Amino acid sequence: MCATCGCSDDAGVRITEPGHGHGHGITVSLEQDVLAKNDRLAERNRDWLRRHEVVAVNVMSSPGAGKTTLLERTARESGLPVAVVEGDQETLLDAERIKATGVPVVQINTGAGCHLDATMLERALGTLGPAPGTVLFVENVGNLVCPALFDLGEDRRAVVLSVTEGQDKPLKYPHMFAAADLVLLNKVDLLPYLDFDPEVFLRDVRRINPAADVLRVSATRGTGLQDWYGWLRTSIASGERR
Amino acid sequence: MHELSVTQSVVDAIVERMGDAEVAAVCLEIGKLSGVVPDSVRFCFEVVCAGTTLEGARLDILEPGGQARCRDCDGEFALPDLIPLCPCGSANVEITAGRQLRIRSVEVA
Ligand SMILES: [Zn+2]
Repeated sequence: MCATCGCSDDAGVRITEPGHGHGHGITVSLEQDVLAKNDRLAERNRDWLRRHEVVAVNVMSSPGAGKTTLLERTARESGLPVAVVEGDQETLLDAERIKATGVPVVQINTGAGCHLDATMLERALGTLGPAPGTVLFVENVGNLVCPALFDLGEDRRAVVLSVTEGQDKPLKYPHMFAAADLVLLNKVDLLPYLDFDPEVFLRDVRRINPAADVLRVSATRGTGLQDWYGWLRTSIASGERR
Repeated sequence: MHELSVTQSVVDAIVERMGDAEVAAVCLEIGKLSGVVPDSVRFCFEVVCAGTTLEGARLDILEPGGQARCRDCDGEFALPDLIPLCPCGSANVEITAGRQLRIRSVEVA
């Protein structure tokens, strides 16, 4: 069951053997991808972003990994034209922090939903109307499982992991790390106080995803943020889309 | 729980394709590397189907295992998890199966 979302009720589990003599109706072959609709909408978003010359970065992490602090600082210091779509289950707190930096922001409250999907981003784009040249950060709901499955139409995927979460996360959440273009190891200023080996972490990220970039940063101290801004500039300049 | 959204997508897609036809059974393919937990989908299915043409439908789930092809040695091998590593030592592999999330068929009552 989904450890992140806390669904741990086994009461509904049924063991079913496929194809064993129940009904005698007509079988209709559908052969359809379950997420086809989301993927279609994601393509539409991608097209919209391309036409409006906006580069979108989907930022994903567990709760408390420091996404909002990173984005606040990026909005203030990177010198890039930034806008933010803030995904949160209930509160407006993160959006208000971003708003205080003066950059355009819209909030998506997902309620019980534990991830953003392409429809939500489509609506957010309509409300926000980011100007050409904008770097649009989509701060996904804090969760290392569910957001990995839903394409939003973004150009880049960044995963933020704080060193306080432990070095075993890449192997525990392989889908998330496999989907990343960039892994930001955050709060590295705390490394001296923790049992976290960045080399082991890096090795495991590489095992899952040999192509991902990995940067060590501290969003509160500012360590490594120039590398992050550099990565963003390269992403914009390359014009390459997913 | 993304399985709830996944299950909702399954039911929506079937209702869209099948119209008013009453559906007696659904066959899904949930690859072992898809990131979706079949038991969670089973758990959500009954709830999501309630009040639709799928109410009471049986759910069959096939769980194909992971397969990959190595771009260096051209070998095909079974992939038990998302760590792309060929027996030859290369990590330059392409996952060819196990990530699928598909509606195979439905049985009309
Ligand atoms: Zn090989």
